[in-house]
Amino acid sequence: MATIVELPVQNFEGIVDPDWCPGCGDFGVLKAVKTGAAKAGVLPKDLVVVSGIGCSSNLPGYVHSYGFHSLHGRAVAVATGIRLANTDLKVVITGGDGDGYGIGIGHFIHAMRRNLDLTYVVMDNQIYGLTTGQASPTTTKEARTKSTPNGNVELPINPLALALVSGATYIARGYSGEPNHLSDLISAGIQHKGFALIDVFSPCVTYNKLNTYAFFKKRIYKLEDDKTYDSNNAKTAMEKADEWGDRIPIGVVYKNLQPTYEDSEVAFKNGPLTKQSVNVDKNVFGGLIEEMM
Amino acid sequence: MNEVTVGIGGAAGDGIDKSADTLAKSASRSGLHAYGFNSYQSVIRGGHIWLKLRLGEEKVYSQGDHLNALIALNQDSIERHAPEVEPGGAVLFNADKLRVNIPVQDNVMTVPLPIAQLMKPFGAVPPVMQNTVALGALLFLLGMEFDITATVLADTFAHKGKAIIDQNVGVLKAGYEHAREHFVPLGYQWKFSRKRRPFLTGNEAFSIGAVAAGCRFYSAYPMTPASGILTWMAEHSERCGIVVKQMEDELAVANVAIGAGFAGVRAMCATSGGGFALMTEAIGLAGMIEAPVVFIEVQRGGPSTGIPTKTEQADLNQVYGASQGDFPRIIIAPKDTRDCFDSAVEAFNLAEKYQLPVIIVSDLQLSEHPETVEPEHMPATVPIDRGEMVTEWSGEKGEYKRFAFTPSGVSPRALPGTANTLHVVASDEHDEHGILISDVFCNAAVRRKIAEKRMKKMDLALKDLPAPKLEGPADAEVTLVGWGATEGVIREAAQQLNASGVRTNQLHFKYLLPFHAKEATEILKNCKRTIGIEANATGQFARLLRAETGHGVHDQILKYDGEPFEPGTIAKQVRGILKGEKVSLDVNLAEAREIAYHHVRVYMHEEARPGKITKAEGNGFGEPVWQIEIVHRDSGEKQGELQVGVETGSTYTWQPVH
Repeated sequence: MATIVELPVQNFEGIVDPDWCPGCGDFGVLKAVKTGAAKAGVLPKDLVVVSGIGCSSNLPGYVHSYGFHSLHGRAVAVATGIRLANTDLKVVITGGDGDGYGIGIGHFIHAMRRNLDLTYVVMDNQIYGLTTGQASPTTTKEARTKSTPNGNVELPINPLALALVSGATYIARGYSGEPNHLSDLISAGIQHKGFALIDVFSPCVTYNKLNTYAFFKKRIYKLEDDKTYDSNNAKTAMEKADEWGDRIPIGVVYKNLQPTYEDSEVAFKNGPLTKQSVNVDKNVFGGLIEEMM
Repeated sequence: MNEVTVGIGGAAGDGIDKSADTLAKSASRSGLHAYGFNSYQSVIRGGHIWLKLRLGEEKVYSQGDHLNALIALNQDSIERHAPEVEPGGAVLFNADKLRVNIPVQDNVMTVPLPIAQLMKPFGAVPPVMQNTVALGALLFLLGMEFDITATVLADTFAHKGKAIIDQNVGVLKAGYEHAREHFVPLGYQWKFSRKRRPFLTGNEAFSIGAVAAGCRFYSAYPMTPASGILTWMAEHSERCGIVVKQMEDELAVANVAIGAGFAGVRAMCATSGGGFALMTEAIGLAGMIEAPVVFIEVQRGGPSTGIPTKTEQADLNQVYGASQGDFPRIIIAPKDTRDCFDSAVEAFNLAEKYQLPVIIVSDLQLSEHPETVEPEHMPATVPIDRGEMVTEWSGEKGEYKRFAFTPSGVSPRALPGTANTLHVVASDEHDEHGILISDVFCNAAVRRKIAEKRMKKMDLALKDLPAPKLEGPADAEVTLVGWGATEGVIREAAQQLNASGVRTNQLHFKYLLPFHAKEATEILKNCKRTIGIEANATGQFARLLRAETGHGVHDQILKYDGEPFEPGTIAKQVRGILKGEKVSLDVNLAEAREIAYHHVRVYMHEEARPGKITKAEGNGFGEPVWQIEIVHRDSGEKQGELQVGVETGSTYTWQPVH
């Protein structure tokens, strides 16, 4: 593996200021994404930050790199296309829980089972913020929201457990109140060869009065502090993924190196697709015509 | 013109397509032109398959109006198609299992083949090899050369080894020799040009065109009738260096292609109407972020799941209106198989030159029927125009603006990975840099200017595209107006009309958006009488034409029964229209027979078949009815009678014999 040369985080400083509410958890995530990319030594020109739609999906506009602010729920699919087209690029997907675990959950699961080399940072605030406070796929059961005035009757999605059974090879959880810890998770996710999910508690200070900074501060603990925890063990990882209540773990829940989709794609044998000539080999082409005669 | 039309009928799983392919390749290697049409059902095994192959010394543009020879692989095929065989023709069938139990036309030769006896010397061979016996017999009857077909079989089975090749050629020979000993040839005298031509479907031509154009990324979700592109691409991906990605749904298919197009490869995806409906939001995204992507929409019979294995041209409104808001897009409707190749190449160039989504509209008939195409019309080297690309940028040029306002509306495109051109593309409205103006930074002037910038590209693209032209006599009495894949069949209908004294010309549209409104108006205002011909129920193109030119069509021939147009039927309907007759939508005799087959399949478990069919009036149904005798398949004993309305198509009564 090549030596990593860390870059100054200023290299990733975007020119536009975020339009998030003061105190939004996403500020911490933005900082951690920039720091994580800098720590991983990715050049801004080789980084593409891809998002869907939602408050948190505005993030690519605040990073000095290439970016693609796509459609609601489609960030993972767009990122897949970018990654397959040019494997020299590092592709980081950023978005919210509604975007990734609601409308986009199909792409999320399939991208994991492909083990594409993508890093997915989900700002999970357990609410639809941009549309002013409806229940999301990770909203706690019985929580009252604008669309569940009598309490949410549905069970929340467990993204870590879902990732574990879907084939993701790097699964972590962060907290935007711990941006340094989070930036380490993101940096490791970017460097991980394979699909990396970093689910981040990113409190919505305006519409989620349940899952607040105080809520998380009281409950979270770092898996790294438990020296006996083996992140390579899927069974104990599932236990940690399921842990919710008085104590909630953050850190690397699971990590396992497996062949990536890119490893087995024969079309990459001559390098990234974007670097290949658009001219077809005349002999190959002649063969295609011949087999139809 | 010297030509012959062969029909092969049987059940799915009978290997009909392979036999037809062998015959077509034999004809093609002899220098004949071929056009095939496979009328299949969406079943893996069983059901009725009907494949027609038209061979001619000159180019044939449709499956035509005739049937000269029939290979029947099951009893249904004899009952359905033997009466269609024209005088001078032949019906070939397995005499061990089948019999001609229905009257055939005068001077039609029945050719019973003792399959078991002929295959005996070859030991245990798969039952599908009965097709090869029949093919051998047919070769003799049609005056085609045995050796050429033997080489086709040798190539087809090359991967299976000499023993299998010998067996196939032997069985072919047995059929050929049997026919030579017992029958006289049908009298075809061919002038074989010996020019070899590829025999391929529209889907294959799209694929090959994409390869020639440098396509490096193809995504799809299986959907008939577009799946042929996916399977071809997958089979050839390694050889051609293309990433072929089957995705989880069409939302992913479209978005992954847009991601790839944005990143800088030539990307394409294809689907049918239902899948395209799922792609529509993404198409607007491609328009908004100005990403080059090629979409192929292969229409099938709608609405909803519709008739998945039947053809229609009823998705024009959908492609025209796909996605919210105004955005630039180009829509191309190729007119024939060769044009599928050209359209794919054009689409990639237009997509990159104008940085927008290009939608190619095909249909089942075009995408799935195979025909011979001149090899020189599908060259390895094609014009490639990647548009204005920025490969390096220095501060001296100022700041790079991805969506820079330019006179043409086209902003030079830098790809991710390029230094000093960092930018974010967004589905939200944005300024020249790509910075959002959608919410708090809203700005009316910038919104107006960037909307104009995007749409300006359409004016330029229009100048790039050839205008429609009138084909045929300028002073024609009638002008046949069509779009897309019906060009060939309308051309043949016009030829038939001109030959019979009706001066006819043809106005056909390939480029649907941007639309050549000025040129089309000039042509239409001088046309004496226009007849729109479309495979849909509402005349979607005629409506577009009226919107764009102020000229509607005077009359319409619309077909939405799932079957392709036939030239003779169009010509007949045109003559009727000119005489002031309405196009009849009544149930005809052959259709009444199919309604009876449906009744037998659903209620009688295939034990019966339609027998005598007569038209009766005054039965108290308020319309004439078809009285269809249903008889036992084996004994011929009458089982009952079905009454079907001629006008409504309603199955009124079923009276069983007790």
